[in-house]
Amino acid sequence: MTPTLQLFLIISTALFSIGLLAALSRRHAIFILIGIELMLAAANLNFIAFWRFGPQPQSPTGVLVAIFSIAIAAAEAAVGLALVIAIYRHYRTTNVDQLDQLKG
Amino acid sequence: MSSWIVTNLWLIPAVPLAVSLVVLSLANPQRSIAALLAIFSQVVALILAIVAFLPTLQTPGFRAVHNFTWFTFGDQALRIGWMLDPLAAAMMVMITLVGLCIFVFSVGYMAGDKNFTRFFAYLSFFSGAMLGVVIANSLLLLFVSWELVGLASYLLIGFWIERPSAAVAAKKAFITTRIGDLGFFLGMLWLYHNSGTLLFYDQGRGCLEDTGLLAIGASATFIALLIFCGAVGKSGQFPLHVWLPDAMEGPTPVSALIHAATMVAAGVFLVARVYPLFSLGAVNGVTPSLTVVVTVGVVTALMASLIALAQFDIKRILAYSTVSQLGLMMVSLGVGGVAAGIMHLIAHGFFKALLFLGAGSVIHGLDHEQDIRKMGGLRWIMPVTFLTYAIGMMNLSGVPFFFSGGWTKEEILHSTAHWSVSPLPHYLMLAGVVLTALYMTRQMIYIFFDSARNTDFQSVRPAEFHSAEGARTTKDISVGRTGQGPVFHAHESPRVMTMPLIVLALCSILFVLVLTPAWPWLHAYLNGEPARADLSLLIQPILLLSLALVAGGIGVGWLIYRNASEVDPLARAQPGLFRFLENKMWFDEIYEQTIIALSRMLSRLADWLDRYFWDGLVRLFAGLAQAFGVLSKGFDDHGINAGVDETTAGTRGFGRLIAAAHSGQIQAYLGAIAIGMLLLLVLYAWLG
Repeated sequence: MTPTLQLFLIISTALFSIGLLAALSRRHAIFILIGIELMLAAANLNFIAFWRFGPQPQSPTGVLVAIFSIAIAAAEAAVGLALVIAIYRHYRTTNVDQLDQLKG
Repeated sequence: MSSWIVTNLWLIPAVPLAVSLVVLSLANPQRSIAALLAIFSQVVALILAIVAFLPTLQTPGFRAVHNFTWFTFGDQALRIGWMLDPLAAAMMVMITLVGLCIFVFSVGYMAGDKNFTRFFAYLSFFSGAMLGVVIANSLLLLFVSWELVGLASYLLIGFWIERPSAAVAAKKAFITTRIGDLGFFLGMLWLYHNSGTLLFYDQGRGCLEDTGLLAIGASATFIALLIFCGAVGKSGQFPLHVWLPDAMEGPTPVSALIHAATMVAAGVFLVARVYPLFSLGAVNGVTPSLTVVVTVGVVTALMASLIALAQFDIKRILAYSTVSQLGLMMVSLGVGGVAAGIMHLIAHGFFKALLFLGAGSVIHGLDHEQDIRKMGGLRWIMPVTFLTYAIGMMNLSGVPFFFSGGWTKEEILHSTAHWSVSPLPHYLMLAGVVLTALYMTRQMIYIFFDSARNTDFQSVRPAEFHSAEGARTTKDISVGRTGQGPVFHAHESPRVMTMPLIVLALCSILFVLVLTPAWPWLHAYLNGEPARADLSLLIQPILLLSLALVAGGIGVGWLIYRNASEVDPLARAQPGLFRFLENKMWFDEIYEQTIIALSRMLSRLADWLDRYFWDGLVRLFAGLAQAFGVLSKGFDDHGINAGVDETTAGTRGFGRLIAAAHSGQIQAYLGAIAIGMLLLLVLYAWLG
C-alpha cells in the first residue's frame, strides 16, 4: 500500500485527538503539557504531509516550518514546565482540579 | 527729621498696641515684665510724641499729612492717613505724659490684683487706640480708633469681672456711647456721600478744606450735629452723661486715665478737629450747630456741678466734676473759643488725673473705702496725697495765678463773654465756677479736714494723729473700729504711687507758664500765630471777677461744711432738693421708665411676633414641605425604588449565571475551546 495524503491526515487527526483527550482529562499538569506536545506533533505532521503531497515538493518549505514549530514547541515546553514548578512551589500540588484561582 | 516723623507717625499708637498684645500673652506671674513693658511702651510713645512736637514749634500753623490708599473697590479708592498739627501734637504729649504717670501709679495701686498683667495689657491697648484718635487724618480712621477706645473703656470698667455692678456699668457705658456713635456713623456716611472723601486734609481736596466744604454746603449743619452725637456720647454730655459716673466701677487708675484725662476728652477733641464743619457759613461766629453745642454744654456743666454737690462717693464727685468740666469745654468750643477749650482740655487732663490718682491713693490707704463720710482728718496721715490733692482742687476750682486750671477757665469765660447770641452762657458759667469751688471745698473738708467722723470709726483727735506721725515708720496707724469687723489701717501710699502725684501736680503748676495772657504761647500755638509777650495784659477785669467768685465759693463752702457731720448740711437745710441731687436728678430712673421701658416693650412685641407670627409662618411652610416629603417618599418607595430593585435583581441573577461558568478549572476552559473549534469546523463544512 502506498502512503497517501488521506492516510497522513487520519494519523495526524488521531494524534491530535489523543493529545486533546490527554490535555482535557489528565489531572496532572505534566500530562497536560504532554498532551499539548502531542497536538503540536499532529500539526507538524500535517505541515509535512501537505508539503510532501503539495504542488512543489522540491523546495523544503514544509520541513522548515516544521523545524520552526518544533523550536517554538521546545520553548513552550520550557515555559510550561517552569510554570508547573512555580505552581507546585506555591500551592504544593500539581493537580489542576485544585487550581481554581481563576474562578469568577 | 520733620518729614520722617510725619511719615512714621503711626509708630506712636503702634508701639503701645503691639506691647499690649505681647503683655496679653504673658502669663500672670510675670508681673514685673508686664509692667516694665507697658511703661517702656509709654516712654517710647512719649519720646516720639516729643519728636513730633518739635517741628510744630518751628513754624506757626504747621500742618503735615501723610495719606495713602487703604483699599480700592471698583473705581473708588478709600484713603486714610495721619496728620501732625499743633492740636494733635499737644494732645499726644499730654496723653503720653499723663499716661506714663498713671501707668507708674498703677504698679502700686494694682500690686495686689490677681489680673495684674491683663490690666496693663488693656491700659496699653487703650493708650494706643487713644493716640490713634489723635493722629487720624481721616474720619474713618478716627472712628475706628474711637471704637477701639470704647472697647478699651468697656474692658477696663468691667475689669473686676467678679463684680456684677462692674459688668453692668461696663455694659451701660458701652451701649450708651454706642447710641451716640450711631449718630457719628450716620454723619460720617452723609459726609462721604456729599464730599466723596473722609480725609480731613488732602492738598485742598479734603472734606475740611475749601472744595470739600463747598460740596457739603447746606447739609453741614446736620452732618455736624450727627458727628456731635458721637461726641456727646463719648464726652458724657447731657443727655448721654449717665454712663460716666457709673464707669467709676473700674479701677481708679482707669478712671483717671480714661474717664477723666483722655478718652472722655475725645469728644471735645473731635469737635475741635472737625470744627470747620461746625463753623461753615457762620455769621458773626454763630451757626445753628454751634448753638446746639453751647446749649448742651451749658446744661451739662450746670447739671453735673449741682449733682456733684450731693454725692458721697469720692470718685463719683470727681466723675460729675469731669462731666461738668467737659460741658465747659463744649461751651468754649461752641462760642468760638477753640483754643481755649483745648487748653482747658489739656490742663484738665493733668489736674483731673492728679485728683483721681489722689482719690486712688486715699482709697488704697483706707482699704477700699470710697464713702467720704467715713473719711476725715487724713491730712496728717497722708501728707503727700493731701498736698497734691489740694493742688488739684485749686486747679479745678479755678484759683488763678499759680494753677493752670484757673487760667484756662479764665480763657473760656473770656470767650463766652463775647458770644453774640446771648450773655446767658457767660453768667451760667460764672455760676458754675462758684458751684465747682463749693463742691470741691466740701470734698476736701470731708476727706482731709476735721476728724474721722463715722461712728464706725473711733473719732481721733488731731493730737493723736500728731503722735501717730512719729510712728509712721511702721507705715500705718490703726484708726480702729469700735465694733466687730476688720481693723482699719490708714496709711500713706508707697512712693511708686506718690511720685506720679507729685509729677502731675508739678505739671499742672508749671503749665501756667505758657497759659497766662501775659505770654499766651499755647493759645497762639494752637491758633497757629506767633506769640507775643506783654506783661500788662496779665491782670484783666474778668480775672478779678472770677477770683472773687472762687474765693466766695470756697469761703461759703468752708462756712457750710466746716462742721459737716454724717448728715450733709445741705441735706439738713433742703432735704427735698438734696434727695433730688443725690439721686442724680433721677436720670437713671427716668430712662428706666421711658427709654428702657419702651425698648423692653418693643422687645416683648418682637418676641411675640417671633413666637407666634413668624414662627407660625415658618411652621406652616415646614408642614407643607413635610407633606410634600411624605408624598415623594411614597413615590420613591413604590414607584422608582421597585423598578430599580427589579433591575438589580435581574442583573444579579444574570451575573450569578455567568459566574457559574467560570469554574476556574483550566481544563473546562480548554474543553470549551475544543467544542467551539469543533463547532466552527462543522459550520465551515456545512457552509461549504
